[in-house]
Amino acid sequence: MQVALSIKNLQKTYANQLHALKGIDLQVEKGDFFALLGSNGAGKTTAIGIVCGLLHKTKGSVEILGLDQDTHENEVKRLIGLMPQEFNFNPFEPIEEILINQAGFHGINKSMAKVQSDILLKKMELWDKRLDMAKSLSGGMKRRLMLARALIHQPKILILDEPTAGVDVEIRRSIWAYLKELNSEGMTIILTTHYLEEAESLCRNIAILNEGEVVEQTSMKKLLANVSHQVLILESLSVLPKNITQEKFACERLDDHSLQVVLEADINITDVLQDLSTQGVSVDYVRSAQNRLETLFLCLTAKDN
Amino acid sequence: MWVAYKTIVIRDVLRFSRIWVQTIFPPIITTTLYLLIFGGLMGERIGQMQGIDYLQYIIPGIILMTVITNAYSNTVMSFFLSKFNHSIEELLVSPVPYWVILLGYTSGGVVRGFVVGCCVLITTSFFVEFEIDSIGITFVTFLLTAILFSLAGFINAIYAKSFDDVTIVPTFILMPMTYLGGMFYSIDILPEFWQDVSRFNPIYYMVDSFRLGFLGVSTSDFWTSVSVLLIMIIILAIVSFYLLKKGVNIKT
Repeated sequence: MQVALSIKNLQKTYANQLHALKGIDLQVEKGDFFALLGSNGAGKTTAIGIVCGLLHKTKGSVEILGLDQDTHENEVKRLIGLMPQEFNFNPFEPIEEILINQAGFHGINKSMAKVQSDILLKKMELWDKRLDMAKSLSGGMKRRLMLARALIHQPKILILDEPTAGVDVEIRRSIWAYLKELNSEGMTIILTTHYLEEAESLCRNIAILNEGEVVEQTSMKKLLANVSHQVLILESLSVLPKNITQEKFACERLDDHSLQVVLEADINITDVLQDLSTQGVSVDYVRSAQNRLETLFLCLTAKDN
Repeated sequence: MWVAYKTIVIRDVLRFSRIWVQTIFPPIITTTLYLLIFGGLMGERIGQMQGIDYLQYIIPGIILMTVITNAYSNTVMSFFLSKFNHSIEELLVSPVPYWVILLGYTSGGVVRGFVVGCCVLITTSFFVEFEIDSIGITFVTFLLTAILFSLAGFINAIYAKSFDDVTIVPTFILMPMTYLGGMFYSIDILPEFWQDVSRFNPIYYMVDSFRLGFLGVSTSDFWTSVSVLLIMIIILAIVSFYLLKKGVNIKT
């Protein structure tokens, strides 16, 4: 399997002596949909910034599809499309112009850039706004503009730093579908997000950064298999009895209509529902109190680990 | 690289064209006022300078001052704004060599200097009749001056961290140097000591050469002026390229 991104012993110390990256090692396979997670200040954006050439590294090496970033700076940049976390376009430029200019920086002439920009503007549902100044767009539209800009030169690796922050649910789902489509066509996608359900539903492999170090790198399936328990909220339209026996599972009565149940790995939900039914509890709705990945994430990034 | 260079220049030209009320129109108003006050009202009392009517004499200086301030302010504002709104990252993540970025921004400044210079030239033709003595000398001097001040503006933009930093140099350094560089007078009329001081001011050589091209009169040798300008351009280009490649105030 060819490696799309290889990071070895990457270190970054800022001028204020903040050690943002303490020697991380990461490998992302070609064609992967990879999640890079971590709490605020974990070093995700710093790592991305170094990979994309926005920041200087202190030590270590970065290779993109076998090309060393230090010796093939411009070739590496051609292979990457970056959608950053912060808005970084001129708000006084028309949207279409932003895309065509970005293509121009990659050496794509205007007529070819126009074709690609038309496709992306339609895909991102920005076609009607193409002649408007970027400042007139809503937050979600600005994010979609940055995604379109990252794709304008058809990169091999797409790096997304919080791509759907501030985007409404409907558009978020359509972006997810588009990202899945791009990935199925062979594009390697590296994603950082605060929406852990996003990472869980899109990504096959994952790395978790904490305080500048990689605390976990594995496949999403393996990671989720480590979840020892799930917390569920069971809701009933009728009033719940005051005393519920907790022999097979732990539960807590939250109010007259809801019950929180901790489900260990060896117990399934059907057993719980049957047990509750024998106690005269009819459950109308079941929902997860916490996303599975969120449970693991909190565990892995806890201060005392 | 040619496509990337063209993109940078066209983007910059579109930027200053969109805000023509702030970029192109004010120099025309300022020139009109200079010509009315210094040329029309005071000029008649001053008479002639180096054998030329005062109104005609100050035209090259006025045009060149416009070129200097516009080439400088275009590059400084354009690059500083791209740092300010982080759109510089569009270039940093792209495979554009640093020298192309530098050349692109410098060319943007030269184009604005040329456009505004032409507008001012047209404006002056409403006040006084003149013929350009040597188009070659005039154009070479314009080009070297515009390149030099575009590069100076670029260095200012790299170091600038606020809008104040962008205006300090033009107000406190550039403007006094321009006025003291013989824009409104010939340095012949100064005491010898101040003539020697003026020769340390690079703007003196630019104004003098431009006047040579325009009116055919000068107080210094044209090739000396060209040499001074070329040496300064080379120095500023090397410094600009080094700062950009190192990512000073651009990359942490």
